[in-house]
Amino acid sequence: MSVQEKVRIPARRSPRTKAVLSEGKRQERRLGWLLCAPAAIVMVAVTAYPIIYSVWLSLQRYDLKFPDQKEFVGLANYATVLSNGYWWSAFGVTALITVISVTAELVLGMGLALIMHKTVVGRGLVRTSALIPYGIVTVVAAFSWRYAWTPGTGYLANLVTPDGAPLTERAGALAIIVLAEIWKTTPFMALLLMAGLALVPDDLLKAASMDGASWWQRFTKVMLPVMKPAVLVALLFRTLDAFRVFDNIYVLTAGANETSSVSMIAYNNLMKGLNLGIGSTMSVLIFLTVAIIAFIFVKLFGTAAPGSDDGTRR
Amino acid sequence: MGAKFRWGVLDAVVVVFALIPVLWIVSLSFKTTATLTDGNFIPREWTWENYRTIFQTDQFVRALVNSIGIALISTLIAVVLGTMAAYAISRLDFPGKKALVGVSLLIAMFPQVSLVSPLFDIERNTGLFDTWPGLILPYITFALPLAIYTLSAFFKQIPWDLEKAAKMDGATQGEAFRKVIAPLAAPGVFTTAILVFIFCWNDFLFAISLTSTERSRTVPVALSFFTGASQFEDPTGAISAAAVVITIPIILFVLFFQRRIVAGLTSGAVKG
Repeated sequence: MSVQEKVRIPARRSPRTKAVLSEGKRQERRLGWLLCAPAAIVMVAVTAYPIIYSVWLSLQRYDLKFPDQKEFVGLANYATVLSNGYWWSAFGVTALITVISVTAELVLGMGLALIMHKTVVGRGLVRTSALIPYGIVTVVAAFSWRYAWTPGTGYLANLVTPDGAPLTERAGALAIIVLAEIWKTTPFMALLLMAGLALVPDDLLKAASMDGASWWQRFTKVMLPVMKPAVLVALLFRTLDAFRVFDNIYVLTAGANETSSVSMIAYNNLMKGLNLGIGSTMSVLIFLTVAIIAFIFVKLFGTAAPGSDDGTRR
Repeated sequence: MGAKFRWGVLDAVVVVFALIPVLWIVSLSFKTTATLTDGNFIPREWTWENYRTIFQTDQFVRALVNSIGIALISTLIAVVLGTMAAYAISRLDFPGKKALVGVSLLIAMFPQVSLVSPLFDIERNTGLFDTWPGLILPYITFALPLAIYTLSAFFKQIPWDLEKAAKMDGATQGEAFRKVIAPLAAPGVFTTAILVFIFCWNDFLFAISLTSTERSRTVPVALSFFTGASQFEDPTGAISAAAVVITIPIILFVLFFQRRIVAGLTSGAVKG
């Protein structure tokens, strides 16, 4: 519609041209808003309103088992959660899983990215295989790992830990959770890094190797600086994603032996405890933690947000 | 020769690493009850029994219907809304564009569990709890950032001048769009649809928190309820078979559209 408007412009009398142009501009704005409105409304309605509502709920005593006792209690719920050992245990577990798995994924993902980018044989095959962990339903993969480590049933349990049940002890279970996370998400990390690799100019690498730079020097001095924005975006996304870890833990241990993540105990509090006040308090605390992590990334590393126009790349 | 061999070895490592857990669950799904716990990677006796069992239970068939229906509807709506927004972002100039991109980014990083408690309460009060729309709404919300990023990246690559050229040659606005722009945009929209579908198909947290019966339970949730369900004495075989069934669409996507998925993920996430 706006295009037809523009097409008509020359037909009008010249003194009005300016007014008509701004009319076209207005049309463009209106069309822009109109096209974005549905997406914006859905996104804001389903996230902003509930998060505000959950701040409100977190200030109430609100237990679905005793709905009559609902009352405003101020920050009492926060005091309860923050002085609770289970919360801090879950927080520690989540932080541990996040740090170890993201670090491992960065190293393995870089390797996988290099393989997918550079391999001279079977590139399609490697890329196709790598996409399978990315695409597979997390719960399915988690069941596969669970059965693999179940004594008797599993090939890994019989091979690696013939006289133990790793899923029933804390360290073993955490290691398996981390392993499952790494398997599932390394390909995603690798794809993001591969996009960065594609931006490294071949000429630059050739020039560096002419000047006698070793492979490691070329990697750290030429490739990494060019890839930095891609690396940071990948790290940011994966860190926040790892912090949400839920599916793997639910299937692998159901949070037994203190392997709960923050998502896991927030869920348990809601579903088993039916305590909306406490559950909402945890929701708000998790939200704040994620916001702080994102803030630190952006401030500390100046992560270029994907979609921002200040062309750090290209 | 040597280089080729080295790459071949590396490739093989990646392929094995990626495929073993998948082959393991496939293997379990074909084992007979007697050999299920023998710990062999390859079944000693093969059987279709596990598949027959799950397709005879309502629990699984209903969940499969729910999964397919909810994922397809969410994908359709998210892609339509995402296409409109991405077109505006990549083609039009209007205030608030940056804000929209910013909001999408925030939502992409949003901890979904933070929504579980409030949404549970809101949906219970509005009657959306344990219904298809009750899951479709959060799915659309979290799929939209993905759709908007991927699509704007694709749309930025389209040579839009062709549209003008077509109109110069006498095509109407509609014809120019249908015959020139739509075919160019279609691959991007299709790729986005695959990525969004995979996202919805994968979800577990919302599905387990916002449903309570077979009415809207999806397969990943139904799977976790097989555990200890009374119909199956040992649910391992049934769970494995059901797990393989919901992995089939993913395998097909990956096999047929590997190039597109890689292009979609890399362009959407980094080039924005």
